[in-house]
Amino acid sequence: MVWGLVLFPLAVAAIAAALPSNRLRPWLLPVAGVGHAALSACVLARSLAVAAREAVGARPPESDAWLALDPPGRIVLLQISVLFLLCSFYTVGYLQYRQERSNRVFCVCMLTFLSVMSLVISSRQLGVMWVAIEFSTLVTAPLIFYNHTQRSIEATWKYLLVGSVGIAMALLGTFFLAYSSLHVGLESTLSYEELLRQAPQLSKPWLHAAFVLLLVGYGTKMGLAPMHTWKPDAYGEAPGVVGAMLAGGVTNCAFLAVLRVYHICSAAGENAYTSRLLLLMGLLSMATAGLFMVGQRDIKRMLAYSSVEHMGILVLGLGIGGATALFGTLFHVLTNGMTKGVLFLSVGNIHRAFASKSTDQVSGAMRRVPLSGALFLAGFLAITGSPPFGPFISEFSILNGAFNAGRFVIGGAFLLLLLIVFIGMGATVLHAAQGRPPEETGAPETRSAYRDGFLTGAPIVVFMLLVLMLGLYIPAPLNALLHDAVRFLEGKP
Amino acid sequence: MTSALNAILVIVLVMNLFALGTSRIQAAIRIVAGQGALLGVLPLLAHEHLHLAQIFIAVVTVAIKGLVIPAIMMRALRDAQIKREVEPLIGLLPSILLGAMATVFAILLAGQLPLAPQHAGALLVPASVATVLAGFILLTTRFKALNQVLGYLVLENGIFIFGMLLLEAMPLVVEMGVLLDLVVGIFVICIIVNHINRAFASLDTRRLVSLKE
Repeated sequence: MVWGLVLFPLAVAAIAAALPSNRLRPWLLPVAGVGHAALSACVLARSLAVAAREAVGARPPESDAWLALDPPGRIVLLQISVLFLLCSFYTVGYLQYRQERSNRVFCVCMLTFLSVMSLVISSRQLGVMWVAIEFSTLVTAPLIFYNHTQRSIEATWKYLLVGSVGIAMALLGTFFLAYSSLHVGLESTLSYEELLRQAPQLSKPWLHAAFVLLLVGYGTKMGLAPMHTWKPDAYGEAPGVVGAMLAGGVTNCAFLAVLRVYHICSAAGENAYTSRLLLLMGLLSMATAGLFMVGQRDIKRMLAYSSVEHMGILVLGLGIGGATALFGTLFHVLTNGMTKGVLFLSVGNIHRAFASKSTDQVSGAMRRVPLSGALFLAGFLAITGSPPFGPFISEFSILNGAFNAGRFVIGGAFLLLLLIVFIGMGATVLHAAQGRPPEETGAPETRSAYRDGFLTGAPIVVFMLLVLMLGLYIPAPLNALLHDAVRFLEGKP
Repeated sequence: MTSALNAILVIVLVMNLFALGTSRIQAAIRIVAGQGALLGVLPLLAHEHLHLAQIFIAVVTVAIKGLVIPAIMMRALRDAQIKREVEPLIGLLPSILLGAMATVFAILLAGQLPLAPQHAGALLVPASVATVLAGFILLTTRFKALNQVLGYLVLENGIFIFGMLLLEAMPLVVEMGVLLDLVVGIFVICIIVNHINRAFASLDTRRLVSLKE
């Protein structure tokens, strides 16, 4: 069943590569999206049923399997499956505007990307996970390059080079981790379960070095400051839907990798060491994002910095630790991913409607593309943590966890940085969404015939409804999944 | 066995310095390819008991690092019609000196590291660290896109040397996956390099500066 999650999108990708029709090919994406979502639903329902029957939902799966889902993996799986499903319908609408160019590479890469992300989530072997994450860099590069402009070449080059070097550091870190067990005379291994079992005996100096390298390596893929430099360029030049998949997919998969390493270190009793580094990276990322968001005129780059900020929040939550903060962190994976879907897709529409993504030209989006403009504004309120949306609940849990743990300075800094981001982002968003469109003020403008359509509008509405729902109430199965994952990470079956 | 292993690693270290000291990109590609191929042979020496799987890995590694990757890069080089790195950030002689300093540092560092007793005699760890550092030097001081790719390859070679300590932990699938990633990665990067060359009429990455705050 888990294999199906990896192989099914790959099979559809093969069909997409063979299909000659440029018009029909994009429809394969929703086919894969629906199939993947159905498979995910089956896998998740079965794991919940098993958990309920045995009342040990936090038990890790049997260790001989190459692919299996652990509790945190289930949450990320749910997130990317829903994200891809909704984005796939949007992509069909988007590619209808791009009939002048072959979309074969685009479709094949999107589908392979889904398969690779499923592999990251379900791999039980840190080596396999590394291979899958590196591969996700490679299949997303052509997606960023889709527009073939000079600027997109530059963005792709930086993405590939920074990403590859970063991920190479993660490979070295993975080796160090394996060596930490070899050094104390244990049989060296890269299996996640084995390492968790051996954790208390692992050689501490090698484990520390491994953690730093892995945090830097996978942190590069997440886009944590100061390794975030590729992010504004890549998100700024990629089509909106690719931005959504990167900000909600790649980054969350990389976070899952960091989470697994954190879990091993935490099982080894090294929480004090990892927590310091995670808190530092988290606050630094949030501060960097806040700094560059104030006065940002490019709305897509602004979203990239927002992604840097939220990756910072995720590692900050890990660094705080404890049941409340971990619950908030895992929930934030979901809420942030969904809200990023709203933001990137609506900004993609606005970009198309104004033929520009700079606030010099973009203003009054609510008048020209009312649906996208309104959703953009609502998405902004959600991502900055305003009630009643999902991110409010997750960020509040993290904050609660910080205060419960007596970390008042961290909690205070967290609140302050959220406020700075709110102000910085708000100025740009309000200017773009409200005000009067250029045709009314007589300012020079670039016209475009784009107006909101069903395929490019409806998926964003669904995303927004999901974000709203997560803020108002968490369905019981989802709650069970989240609590399973927290128990798993805390090592209490 | 250890002496043969160490002899190869010394050659690898010398090749790092050669790669740092040449301005001709073609020569640098050949040196890095030779280094990769030489490293491919290492798994056969690092272990007494040879399995079929290890021989298979060695053959594939040599083929990929020694033939496939340099072929892809030579093609990109031919399309770009350039021959040398004209003005690196720091000169060729200083980069060799920097590389030599990195090697000395790596050997001193490895002496301090807590190593398992069976690895204390071999040069694997210092060679790995020195090669990773050499890769970083190439990456940061060269401006031609292809030279930066070579820096990445040297970096990867350095990590590969460390992997020699962990042959038991690495299933065949992972080794093959890492190699596949490398080939596909170089292939994709070279396509982008080709586009850089066409769009900017140069392989100089200093021209890629339009995206900034």
